[in-house]
Amino acid sequence: MYDGAVQDLIDELGRLPGIGPKSAQRMAFHLLAADPVDVTRLVGAIQAVKDKVRFCDVCGNVAEGERCRICLDPRRDAHAICVVEEPKDVVAIERTREFRGLYHVLGGAISPMDGIGPGELRFAELMTRLASDEVTEVIVATDPNLEGEATASYLVRLLSSFEGITVSRLASGLPVGGDLEYADEVTLGRAFEGRRVMSRARPPAPTADPRAAEPAADPSAAEPAADQTAASAREAKTAYAPTGSE
Amino acid sequence: MPLYRDEGVVLRTHKLGEADRIVTIMTRTRGKVRAVAKGIRRTKSRFGSRLEPAMVVDVQCYEGRNLDTITQAVSLATYGDAIARDYPRWTAAAAALETCDRLTEEGEPNLQQYLLIAGALRSLADDVHAPELVLDAYLLRALAVAGWAPSFHDCARCGDPGPHRAFNLASGGVVCPGCRPPGSAAPASETLRLLAALLAGDWAIADASEVRHRLEGSGLTSAFLQWHLERGVRSLRLVERA
Ligand SMILES: [Zn+2]
Ligand SMILES: [Zn+2]
Repeated sequence: MYDGAVQDLIDELGRLPGIGPKSAQRMAFHLLAADPVDVTRLVGAIQAVKDKVRFCDVCGNVAEGERCRICLDPRRDAHAICVVEEPKDVVAIERTREFRGLYHVLGGAISPMDGIGPGELRFAELMTRLASDEVTEVIVATDPNLEGEATASYLVRLLSSFEGITVSRLASGLPVGGDLEYADEVTLGRAFEGRRVMSRARPPAPTADPRAAEPAADPSAAEPAADQTAASAREAKTAYAPTGSE
Repeated sequence: MPLYRDEGVVLRTHKLGEADRIVTIMTRTRGKVRAVAKGIRRTKSRFGSRLEPAMVVDVQCYEGRNLDTITQAVSLATYGDAIARDYPRWTAAAAALETCDRLTEEGEPNLQQYLLIAGALRSLADDVHAPELVLDAYLLRALAVAGWAPSFHDCARCGDPGPHRAFNLASGGVVCPGCRPPGSAAPASETLRLLAALLAGDWAIADASEVRHRLEGSGLTSAFLQWHLERGVRSLRLVERA
């Protein structure tokens, strides 16, 4: 234990996520020895984040005004909404550059034991957006754990009343860069469920008709195969779609 | 560092630091165990889904001063995977897991509680009975194993043979007209028959029960559970009743 101000700082730092008492002590003494200009800048950054940053009125992402940068961007596709748990998930998906639609941040996952039910998350705001907007697709991107899965189950049931909306869930699969033998049963099972067709079986060409064996058959054989791959990828994605939403 | 190996049901998890979790496991032979799974929240963790709630695992841990550390986990049953795909079953499972956590102590072997929770999860995963019935059956039996067996037939106070109509929480179940304290409830006789069937595992009667009796039975079961536990079971609020 230290006197007054030093101990107060250690206590405050120790309340940050991932900071144990040892790290808090090390950080406190680092700050004590640091250049006052650096410390002022840090204090200013902490203060600014509390003063300026708020949550987007539309999607719940972090924003510096009423709306976030993504909701304000006219180039984003307003037909698709990707539902995530936390603002940091938005950042992770943005890094992939795969998605050009809008987001909806729930603020967490349904966690009955922690007292977090649908009422504690931003489901009502999502329903409002879906009722008034031109949304045709909802992509559920909750965490790939069982709480995330249960939250997705709840959401899919909730969305089943919207007949014009396709609901999909991010595929669960094998981590790129790993060995198959280390995959757990559920991950491997999901990877089978969401497998992608890479080459479709073709019906044997009728041998009686010589025209069927014309060279023209070759390029056309490649094209339907590609289409079918896309179609089966869509099928895999919409495995959660409410029935009759086609 | 002493190593041990046991099989168990994952009751719940808590985030710890950047990428770890504390996993609470109801084991077959050691009672409840809390152990750290290092790096489990990284998508490339070798633990994968094995230490998620409602999974049954064969774990190897080494004992620590405060918390044990999990070194290996092998899946024995992936009940949680099937359950999480269906919201009503997930909320029922959460209430059962939380109740098991509340009724058991670390380091106190309790084979019966282990078998009860594993059985309830298997039943929810197999989806053969309504989730709210599986939950109420589990809650009644878990309370009975904990020493609070409710009586639904003979008088809970004097043992006078039933059936009796009045139900009193503080007395521990139904009471005869002579013992009946003021303020006792008077549930439908079908409700008491349903609760007795759930406690005894008579699924033919339970499956055939009517919704209104299930609702009344759930209300009595929840009240009975809350009566015996100091704090309420939070997950019960989210369980969907019929
Ligand atoms: Zn926004
Ligand atoms: Zn009596």
